[in-house]
Formats: sequence, C-alpha cells, structure tokens
Amino acid sequence: MPLAALLIQRLALSVLLMLAVSVVIFLGIEALPGDFAQTYLGQSATPQAVANIRQELGLDQPAVTRYFGWLGGVVQGDFGNSWASGSSVSRQIGLRLGNTLFLAFWAALVSVPLAISLGMLAVHYRGRWPDRLINVVSLGAISLPEFFVGYILILFVAVQGNWVTFPSTVYDGMSFGQRLEAIVLPCATLVLVVLAHMMRMTRAAILNVMSSPYVETAELKGLDTLRIIARHAAPNAVAPIITVVALNLAYLVVGVVVVEVVFVYPGMGQYMVDAVTVRDLPVVQACGLIFAAVYILLNMSADILAILANPRLRHPR
Amino acid sequence: MADLLEVRDLKIGATAYPPGEPPQDITIVHGVSFTLRKGRVLGLIGESGAGKSTIGLAALAYGRGGVRITGGEVRLDGENILALGGPGIRGIRGSRVCYVAQSAAAAFNPAHRLGDQVVEAAVRHGSLTRQAAWERSRYLFGVLGLPDPDSFGRRYPHQVSGGQLQRAMTAMALCPGPELIVFDEPTTALDVTTQIDVLAAIKRAIDETHTAALYITHDLAVVAQVSDDIMVLRHGHMVEYGPVQQIIEAPQEDYTRELVSVRQIQKQEAGQQSDARIRIDGVDAAYSNHFKVLHDVSVHVPRGQTLAVVGESGSGKSTLARVITGLLPPSKGAVTFKDETLPPKFADRSKEQLRQIQMLYQMADTAMNPRQTVRDIVGRPLTFYFGLRGQEKTRRVAELLEQIEMGKGFIDRYPAELSGGQKQRVCIARALAAEPEVILCDEPTSALDPLVAAGILKLLMRLQAETQLSYLFITHDIATVRAIADSIAVMYQGRVVRFGPKSQVLSPPFDDYTDLLLKSVPEMRIGWLEEVLATRRMVSAGH
Amino acid sequence: MRWRAVPISAWVGMAGLALAIFCALFAPWIAPFGEREVVGDIWLPMGGDYLLGTDNLGRDLLSRLIYGAQTTISVALAATVLAFCMGVFLSFTAAVVGGWTDQGLSRVNDLMMSIPTLIFALIVLAVLPQELWILVAVIAVLESTRVFRLGRAVALDITVMEFVEAARLRGEGRQWIIFREILPNALSPLLAEFGLRFAFAVLFLSTLSFLGLGIQPPEADWGGIVKDNKDGIIFGIPAALIPGAAIAGLAICVNLVVDWLLNRTSSLKGGRGDG
Repeated sequence: MPLAALLIQRLALSVLLMLAVSVVIFLGIEALPGDFAQTYLGQSATPQAVANIRQELGLDQPAVTRYFGWLGGVVQGDFGNSWASGSSVSRQIGLRLGNTLFLAFWAALVSVPLAISLGMLAVHYRGRWPDRLINVVSLGAISLPEFFVGYILILFVAVQGNWVTFPSTVYDGMSFGQRLEAIVLPCATLVLVVLAHMMRMTRAAILNVMSSPYVETAELKGLDTLRIIARHAAPNAVAPIITVVALNLAYLVVGVVVVEVVFVYPGMGQYMVDAVTVRDLPVVQACGLIFAAVYILLNMSADILAILANPRLRHPR
Repeated sequence: MADLLEVRDLKIGATAYPPGEPPQDITIVHGVSFTLRKGRVLGLIGESGAGKSTIGLAALAYGRGGVRITGGEVRLDGENILALGGPGIRGIRGSRVCYVAQSAAAAFNPAHRLGDQVVEAAVRHGSLTRQAAWERSRYLFGVLGLPDPDSFGRRYPHQVSGGQLQRAMTAMALCPGPELIVFDEPTTALDVTTQIDVLAAIKRAIDETHTAALYITHDLAVVAQVSDDIMVLRHGHMVEYGPVQQIIEAPQEDYTRELVSVRQIQKQEAGQQSDARIRIDGVDAAYSNHFKVLHDVSVHVPRGQTLAVVGESGSGKSTLARVITGLLPPSKGAVTFKDETLPPKFADRSKEQLRQIQMLYQMADTAMNPRQTVRDIVGRPLTFYFGLRGQEKTRRVAELLEQIEMGKGFIDRYPAELSGGQKQRVCIARALAAEPEVILCDEPTSALDPLVAAGILKLLMRLQAETQLSYLFITHDIATVRAIADSIAVMYQGRVVRFGPKSQVLSPPFDDYTDLLLKSVPEMRIGWLEEVLATRRMVSAGH
Repeated sequence: MRWRAVPISAWVGMAGLALAIFCALFAPWIAPFGEREVVGDIWLPMGGDYLLGTDNLGRDLLSRLIYGAQTTISVALAATVLAFCMGVFLSFTAAVVGGWTDQGLSRVNDLMMSIPTLIFALIVLAVLPQELWILVAVIAVLESTRVFRLGRAVALDITVMEFVEAARLRGEGRQWIIFREILPNALSPLLAEFGLRFAFAVLFLSTLSFLGLGIQPPEADWGGIVKDNKDGIIFGIPAALIPGAAIAGLAICVNLVVDWLLNRTSSLKGGRGDG
C-alpha cells in the first residue's frame, strides 16, 4: 500500500511539475521585454500594421486567457501556427519528433549496454591499467563539446574516408536500412558524448555496492566472485544504475539539439534552433515544452524504477 | 587435544593515506601468537586501534580495505591458510571458519530473505542439501531464541529488530557447522537489555554446537562471561594472555589491572540540597510529526551536584537535553533556571541565560569546528560573553587549558591534531570559558576507550568540587552513573520511571524496568551471566 | 601539503590552464595579427606566416584563437563567479534559515532544474535582445541552480553538525554562523565545484556561440570560430577543429585539476552530472 501511494505521489508530482514548467515557458516569454509584433515586422513598420499583427496573433488579449487557450490547444496536440511560415507547428513536430526519437533510440541502444559493460570492466580491474585507461579516456571525453566530436567524425569518416555520406538527411520514402546508414555518424557522436558520463557513474554506483558490508559478508562466506556479483551485488546495484541510465538518457535528449545542427539532421533540435534564430515563438514554446516533458518523464521513470527496486519498499514491515 | 587454530607471529600492515601527502605503509599488528583448541573460546580485548578485529579477520585470511597480512602463519588444523590460493581459502571461509560482524544490519543483504542468506554458505559449499540447511536454520533460530523460528527465515532484514538480526547473523555463522566462529563485537551496537539476551543466545549456541570461537570486544566484563581464555591487546601488541580467571582475578600487567578496575570509580553521594539550579516541571515534548517523545518529565539538579539521566536508545534522554537548551520547545511544562523560567526557544533567551547553561557532546569530533584552532574554539566564548581580546584572551585560554590538564602548548593546534580524549577536554574548556552554572553532558564518554573515559570523568568531578558546577549527565552506562551521580533519573519510553538520590534509586525495591536494566549490566566477574540466567529461569518457573 | 604528492595529471592541467590564462591576459601583445585583420586568402593551410592558417574570411587563425581565449575565458569566468555569488548566498540562506524560506527556494530551484539547461537558454535567448551582459546573466542563472543544489547539500551537512549547534546555543548571529562556522568547512567542495562549473560554462558558452546565439561576430570566441569555419569541413579543411580542440583542451585541464582536488577532499557531496 505505501508503495502504491508513493508511486501515485511521484506521478502526481510530475504532472504538477509539467504544469509549472508550461507556465514558466509561456509566461517567461510573455513577461520578458520587447514587443514581438514590432520585432516581427521590423523597425520600419507602421503603428497600424503593428496593431493589426498584434490582433492577428492574439497578443491583444490578457496573458491568462492566452495561456489557457494555448494550454487547451497543447492538450489536444495543437501548438498553434508558426509565425515565420504560418503553417501548423504540430504538423512539423509530427514529422520531426519521429526523426529525433529514432536517432536518440539508436544512440541509447548502443550506449547503455556499452557504458554498463565498460563500467563493470573498470570495477573488475579496479586500480589496474584497464581501469586507469578507462578513467583517463572518459575524463577527457566528458570535456569534449558535441560539435567537436561531430566535426572530427565528419572530417575523417565522411570527407576523407568517404565511408558514409554527409549531411545526414533523412526524408520520406527512405528505406529503414538507408535511414540507419544516414544516422551512423550523429548516432556515434551522441554515443561518444554520453558514454563517458554514463560509464563513470555506473562505475561509481557499482563500486559503492561492492564496498558495502554485505558484499564482505558474501566474500567471508567463501562464495566465488561470479556468485557474489550476480547474487549479492547486482540486485542492489540495479536501482542506482537505472538512475544513472535515466539521467544520461535525459542528457542525450538535450545533446541531440547540437548534434542535429552539426549533421543538418531534420529533427526537433534543428527545428528549435532555427526558430530561436528567427524568434518564431510558437515553435520555440512547443519544442521547449516537448523537450522538458521528455526530460521530466525520464527523471520520473528513474525515480519510479528506483522505488520499485528497493526491497524495503517492496516488502514493508 | 590438538590445537584447532594456531596463530604464529602474525604481522599485519596497511597503507595510510594522509591528506596531501604520499601514501605510507604502517604496521597494525606486530607479531601476535596464540592457540585455540577445539570447542574453546578465546576473547580478544583491547581499545580501538588495538588490532583485534584485524586479527580476527586474519583467521579467515581476509584483510579489510587496504589491510595486508605481511608475515607469520595462521594454521587451521595444522595447515597454513595464509599460503592457500583463492579457491583453497574460499573452501574454508563459510564452511570451516565463519564470521559474525558488529553491525548485522549492514552485513545482511537488504535484497534477500534472511533464511536464504543463512543457508547460502552451507548449500554452496555442499555441506548440506538445501532442505537440510533450512531444517538446520529453523533449529538454530529456535536455539537462539528468535520468535517464530519456522517462519523467521522468510522475513527480510529490514523487517526485524537489531537484536534479532544479530542473532540471525549468529545463526548464519553456525549453519554450515563450522569448527571456528569469529565474533567481531557482536553486541556492541545493542542496548544492555538486548545485549544480555544476545549474549546468552550466543553462549548457548556455542555450548550446544561445540564450536570454537574468537570473541572480539572492548568490554572486559562481556568477554569474561563467554571466554575460556583472554588475550589483551594494545596498539597491535599482545599485553597479556592467559585463562579468563587469571586475567580477571589476578592480572599481571598494569594495563590489564587498569582495565579491570576502571569501572570501580564511585562518587560519594552528596547530601540533599534544596536550591535547584535547573528544574524541569511536567515537560511534554514532541517532534514536528507529532511523535511524542517526552511524557510529563519532572526532575531537578541541585547546585554543585550531578543528576545522571540513564536510559536506553529511544528513551528520550537526549530529547530532554534538547528541551533544556531550548532547541526543542516543550509542548507542555517549563524549564526553570534558579528562580527564573526560561523562554522555551533558545532564540528568545538572553545572552546571560544562554551563558549559564553549556553543553558537552558525545562526539567531540563534530562538536568542534575543524577549521578553528584551540585558541579560537576556547577563546570565542571569552570574546562573545566577556569581550576579552588579544593578550587577555590568550592568557585566559592558557589558564583554561591548564585547568583541563592539557597545557598551553596545544593552543595553536587544530582538532584533527588531538586525540579523542584531548578533544573532549577542549570541549570542556570551551564550556568552562562561559563560566556557566550548569553543564549538560550528553554521553560525553561513551565514544571513548574506558581508560580515557575514566580520565574525563575524574576531570569533571574535580572541576565540580572546585567550582560548584552542576551537571546533568546523560548516559546509558550504569558504571558511569555509579561513578559520577548524586541523584539519578531512570528514563524509559519517554517517561521518568524512577528519580531520587543515587543510594535510593540503586537499592531495592525496584520497579520492573530498573530491575531489568540493573540486572542486564555485565559485571566484571566470571559466572555472572549464568547467575542472571538461572535467576530468570527461577522467576519464570515460579510464575 | 607536499608538491611531490601532486600527480602528473594535475600538473598537466595546471600548466594548460596557465597557458590559456596567459593568452587571455596578454592577447594584444602575443597575437601576431589583429583580431579582425584580414591578412590573406581564405583557408590558407597551416605553416609559414600563419602558424595555424587562415579562416573563412582570410584572418589569421592563431590570432583569432588567442583573442578568442580572452573572450571565452572572461565571459565564462564572469558567469561562473556570478553564479557562485547567487548560488552560494541563496543556498546557505536556505540551509541556515530553513522552514518556508528553504522550501520556497528549493522548489523554485527544482522547477528551474526540471527544464534542461540548453533548452532553457534557447527559450530565453529567443526573446531577449542579443547583448553580452544578458548572455552572461543567462549562463549565470542557469549555473547557479546547480551551485544552489550542491551548496544547500553541503551547508545542510554542516549545519547539522554539533559545532554549529554549539554556536547557535552560544547566541551567535546568522552572519557569524554562515561566514565563520559553515563557509570555511564548505570551501574545498565549493572550490572543486567552481572548477567544474567553469568548465561547463566554457562548453555551454561555446555551444551557444556555435548555434549562433552566443557571442556575436565579428568578435572572436572559440565557439564562434567553429561556426565560422564549419563549412570548410566538407572540403577537408580542418580549421573548425582547432578552436574545438582548444575548448576541449581547456575543459580537460580544468577537469584534471578538479579530479585531483576531489580526490584530496573526501567530504564532497553531490554529483557531477549535468543536464
């Protein structure tokens, strides 16, 4: 019962957080200085044109009314129209969100098992050269900006090696295999960027469990290493590792923004950056909200999985 | 009979990592030798840092953390187990030699049922089938006096109490039917009334299974109840080694003599006095979640005297100190200093009121700011309350250091450069600097080794005789109570169950709880445990 | 502390940092050409008069890089210092005062942290005019949420210690407790965090500049130089990689020093991950 209560509480908290974030994103943009109609039309616009555009965009209504109008639309999947192109934001997002998730999914599929294995390897060779090597390399890797990794790969793999094509465009009518080939480099960049963090955190989580008194107990029972790891360390390391993975997946979703710009990949990130450059606010709001939602969702999943993995909560007194 | 365990010239080292300096190799155990015959119990006793746990783990050829066995032999049935490789030593651990840790709460894996963990070693080593092992675990749970032995193994570690976990850990060690068990301070973390049950259970289990044991503890009175032989250790050297009778009744070495007699300090009870310094009237207190911890507590401390507040963990004795200091305002009742009622919150009290009541903490480590020198720590109350600065302040700090028997050479040291006893002395100096009427002492000696603790108690008594200080002394240790108290308040579940002059509180007729508490405190004589258990059986048979 | 106990990696880090700071401080004197001076053809190869070649407009890349160090380091440093002033002040206040103040500040901080940093910055920069002080303020506010989280955890750990309780019971004021009791004990974890935050600020500023939302041309900063020269990559011209390597090198050097600091202080709380 307390378990169910905890889970419901966590869910409710996330919904509340989501609402609060939507207010911040909407009102944040509202409260900031500058008249958008003016910006939109440029300095030479006549006052009449500005007034017209204000009315057209609904900027003459009070902020609260517009917030609820906007939120109502969002709940039904309608993010309004782009100021720049006048087309439906939801339609564009529908096309691009899939691309972004496709890229993030493959990056996660490669990086998560790789990071966990490398983390375990480092723990297994703790203090010896494979551990130190992994430690030094990963310390370097967490300092690399995404665009640096991306351009290195483009220069050496796509341009000089000519093994894959650049830019990584995907379009309707591409086969699954072609799509996969197109995302090889952006995917590799994301993996490299997220791998080091995830690996270091996994290593720390496992080391923490391995140095606990109950692992010593298992060792003093004369159990072999495999049994100690599988039976005594693993069940307790699951929760922290899940947290590590979810945190890094959240990071990956953000890293996608820069990687998409580098590789000219038609996803949400590129859409958002383009919109920011031309101050196309409905698009910025929509993308911001979706990125924040994914981020909150992943963090919530981490919390919930950690609760489920905790024996004290699964078997109450 | 042949020796089961023979330890010869055992040397153990470790690597120390002093902050900001290169690692250094240090020696923890300097060549210790002993033998243990089948079915016998050897007690290893010593202060913290004596190397006793390290020696115990060496019997399993195990070094904790960076600890390495650097020399000597550990022979089990004639075979040097230190020379065995990984597979060989794994065959011994958990089957022929087992280990019981100090904190069973940490040593059990939270993810698995107790029963599965208890039978694991026996099943994995193939000494018992799964079914037979479960059968044996149920038998052992019964022997160890655990509730509902048939279903106890189905519970998870967090679902049972600390005392039960410690017994379950003993069952886990006994299950494979080992020849030797290493008990590493198995009752240290427990309350006295729980300790006696666990102690009795361990003794009965050892007797029934004829297992040999190494029993490691810092408490000579405890080890006297369970051991056949005792080895006294200090700083990794053997001090004295012999049969329990000789060690307890005719110790040869000065150090052992001090250990045996340390609990025999007794303060002459002062006469009754009417002018109370601190008076607590009908105090109720609760934490913010409405969990009530104090119920109608009324006690008082007369001028120049000591009130000992004694009770186990959770009895509310430390909460009482928080109420007096104003950290936890009472929900009912009042605290009076001399004749003035103190505001319930410390923030509302005047500087003068705050100055009059000073506090001593259990952990001197965390009670002093590690970034301040002794001069700053002791000097701050002088500046804050009396406006002393410069030369005047330094002179007064030096004076206070003399008073706590440390000398002014310590004035520019940081807390990290002091020993445990010195730290507590500096805390006393800080309290004295405020020139208070009352000092609240919250277990100031329980984290210290017995001889060091005795020194602190003597100092406190000397200061009281010189300056007519009043102490409210919180403790769980009856020996300390005997040593320092003029009057005693016994607390149990947030209530004062007994309050009065020492002679009266410690003499019959007793209430049930005080009776249990007094009878649970191990006494420094052989056969005490058997007597208590025999009395208990008689009482229960009589009912 | 002994110098021999300092590991080689930390020396490497400190040397790298010293070099970068030297370039930043004395840029006009050591740069062979001016910041905006067009000296030759575009994308000239390395060597000769132009040690690192020229950029997309024919400016000397080495000079751009040296001037870029000045901009990147000073902006990142300003943002980090500002973030620390805000984060430490607010977090210590929250930890020491407790109650509703703490609740309020912590919930607002949670809310800020539930939006990924880069996304938050993009939203805000979409609305605000592109000016340097706004950029510094945005980075500082976002960084300060992380400083707040760590500062509060560290301060809470220290406030529950008995020496703080002893100071309170003595009647000491809030100023004394924050500056004399808590701050000296929080310095080493905060110092390590300062390093990490600075490295992150460098990366973050460079990313924003790379996306065209940070430092505006023609002023040189490392992320901006990458953006200027990125089109050369398709033709096999590695000019964009050089400022990228400078960013990575600086971040690595900071991390090496921080790693050593962290190993020296065992009492650090809080993670080093970032979202």
